[in-house]
Amino acid sequence: MYNAGKVIIFIVVLILFFTIPMWLNLGRVEAIPQPELPKDKTKCIESKEYMRAYHMKLLDDWRKQAIRENKHVYVAKDGEKHFVSLQKTCMKCHNNKEKFCDSCHNFVVTHPDCWNCHIAPEVAEKWQ
Amino acid sequence: MIEKALTGSKKYWLWLAFLGTLIFIGFLCYLLQWKIGLGITGMSRDVSWGFYIANFTFLVGVAASAVMVVLPYYWHNYKDFGKITVLGEFLAISAVLMCMLFIFVDLGQPNRVLNVLRYPTPNSVFFFDACVLSGYLLLNLLCGWTVLHAEYKGTKYPSWLKPFIYLAILWAPSIHIVTAFIYQGIPGRHFWLTAIMAPRFLASAFSAGPALIIILALLLKRVANFDAGQKAIQTLAKIVTYAFVLNLLFFFFEVFTAFYSGIQSHQAPIKYLFAGLHGHAEWVPFMWASYILAFIALILLVIPATRKNETTLAVACLSVFIAAWIDKGIGLITGGYTPTPFETITPYRPTLPEIGIAIGIWALGFFVLTILYKIALGVKESKELRVKYQGVLIKK
Amino acid sequence: MAIKRRDLLKLGGLTLIGTAASAAVGGVYTKPQEALKGSRWALAIDVVKCKENRATCGLKCVEVCHSLHNVPSIPDKKKEIKWIWEEKFEHAFPEHEANYYLNEKLHDTPFLLLCNHCDNPPCVRVCPTKATFKREDGIVMMDYHRCIGCRFCMAACPYGARSFNWIDPRPFIAKVNPEYPSRMKGVVEKCTLCYERIAEGKIPACVEACPAKAIVFGDLKNPNDEINKILKERIAIRRKEELTTYPSVFYLIG
Repeated sequence: MYNAGKVIIFIVVLILFFTIPMWLNLGRVEAIPQPELPKDKTKCIESKEYMRAYHMKLLDDWRKQAIRENKHVYVAKDGEKHFVSLQKTCMKCHNNKEKFCDSCHNFVVTHPDCWNCHIAPEVAEKWQ
Repeated sequence: MIEKALTGSKKYWLWLAFLGTLIFIGFLCYLLQWKIGLGITGMSRDVSWGFYIANFTFLVGVAASAVMVVLPYYWHNYKDFGKITVLGEFLAISAVLMCMLFIFVDLGQPNRVLNVLRYPTPNSVFFFDACVLSGYLLLNLLCGWTVLHAEYKGTKYPSWLKPFIYLAILWAPSIHIVTAFIYQGIPGRHFWLTAIMAPRFLASAFSAGPALIIILALLLKRVANFDAGQKAIQTLAKIVTYAFVLNLLFFFFEVFTAFYSGIQSHQAPIKYLFAGLHGHAEWVPFMWASYILAFIALILLVIPATRKNETTLAVACLSVFIAAWIDKGIGLITGGYTPTPFETITPYRPTLPEIGIAIGIWALGFFVLTILYKIALGVKESKELRVKYQGVLIKK
Repeated sequence: MAIKRRDLLKLGGLTLIGTAASAAVGGVYTKPQEALKGSRWALAIDVVKCKENRATCGLKCVEVCHSLHNVPSIPDKKKEIKWIWEEKFEHAFPEHEANYYLNEKLHDTPFLLLCNHCDNPPCVRVCPTKATFKREDGIVMMDYHRCIGCRFCMAACPYGARSFNWIDPRPFIAKVNPEYPSRMKGVVEKCTLCYERIAEGKIPACVEACPAKAIVFGDLKNPNDEINKILKERIAIRRKEELTTYPSVFYLIG
């Protein structure tokens, strides 16, 4: 191999560069988050497992159905009907974004841009 | 071939460093825009496109004009363009690149740009423009690079390339026609709603683009010891002349229709641009500068003696380029938005960061162009050396 | 025990199918029963009534709409955002300005302008991502999640009905409605004819808010609807009819 030394250094630099997230989080110890569930409710619109796995898909479907298909009612698997709205339905029970949404999202370093437009109850309260 | 771009004189590196600085400044301005939003520009609710889209429109023309050297060479076997064909193709590459960047920096939500492909919408001219521009970029990369590579290896380009070259020739006008359709298909803007928009675009492109190639060829003769050939430059100059005369004629047709018909809404944008309207005259000096330059260029181009003289030809080409840039760039955009749908006037002036971003993109385009030309000229130079060397061998 | 490549692939395939199957099992979507049903929603704005009550109404339609939909009040006119606003006759109908007699009659009449929800909307035609589209009930909708902010729709709209978020609008929203979202910087917005209220069986906010009942909301395709009766009896004009965009907002001038 020509210029073996240079090539190897370059490969090492590249590997380091692409693994930056790993190095940055090395040794970061955080407890697995325990999102705070609404106290006066026993169940969400779907099972806990379904919501945990697919809430992002469900929310995306909700926006598509409400905005694009003009279908504003969600009939859950148990037959119960819910009005399709993040602020009027979800956030009525999950009224603390910080303790519910953010606790997990921050842990997995995921920052969905929902909140650039949608207004969390605590944000609305501070606003007034 | 890329190694040709890695060695060069001090001047070459200084020039690249200068462009690099401008790109960096433009990038900093863009970071500001990324953070605050398009509010850092001078655009408004009433004039919602500005300097970015103006430059985009003009550069699509420059990109399309490569066909003016490619077509005679490949289609009519016009050998005199042999040396500058690749210059045209590489100019197209950097111009399309600038076009795409100008569109990108104009987006309010740049991270969603791929939505255009995720939700293809054939009834939108923007969708078509995105398709034809990327297609044109790929075609020029393919044709320019393959032909040059064949030259580098000392062979003729492979025969499978021929259909792509012809496709690129047909493709070139399409990118500019589609860009004109963005404007001429909109119902409420009097200045844009004209069937002659696409022909006007083509005429101004086929004058401004080859004018730039002439300027570049004359420059390369001085700084890079590359002679495109007297005959090639003179043929290009004639192309510039005819296209530019057509361009001015088309503008006269517009003025005639607006004023002879007596329809005031058609006259208003022209009055605003050239005389001012309701006490607003933001762009009057620029428009007159454009048409005075156009007039000077016309005289220098039409008279054979001044067209053949390299100095006056350079002045004429520079005038054509600037005149077309003002007329088809900022004049076209502000003219379309003024007066507003409420027959009021909201003035538009680009802000400093907006101009900074635009300069950054132009610098990036010229950076790419410099590197591509460096490679092309390097290949051509070594080929000449080889020919000379082989000649010596044969004699011996 | 070594897993064979074939088995591994099979296992992977099964997992994939399983994931896809469980993902597919969600709820279903329907329209709410209380939702208003129409085929082409329209507004008829009685400018005669509007003028009579303008001194006392306090422009309730604009105020209610903007506060309900978290529309910011940006002081800089160039960057402002408006869904419904008041305009003079000569600006709302510049093509009629030359008609001296009509101008004389109407020049001090207020005209409320908003998205016309055209039957043949140029903004929908030009949008490269279908972020703005026409619903089957005639409402020209905005999907803010999809808008890339290219502003082609603003160039195409002949009515100046669209606004762009040049900056983050939130600092300019004084009082927020927690039931409705705001917008983010870099997207285009406009009136959506209160689609969210129609889904709940309510009429648009501006119609409800007008103390003079000067705005009538109805379905043009329903011959029994009151709006059709009014449009037959009165003289109605629409903005820039010559462009054949077929606006759904009518102005009753006589």
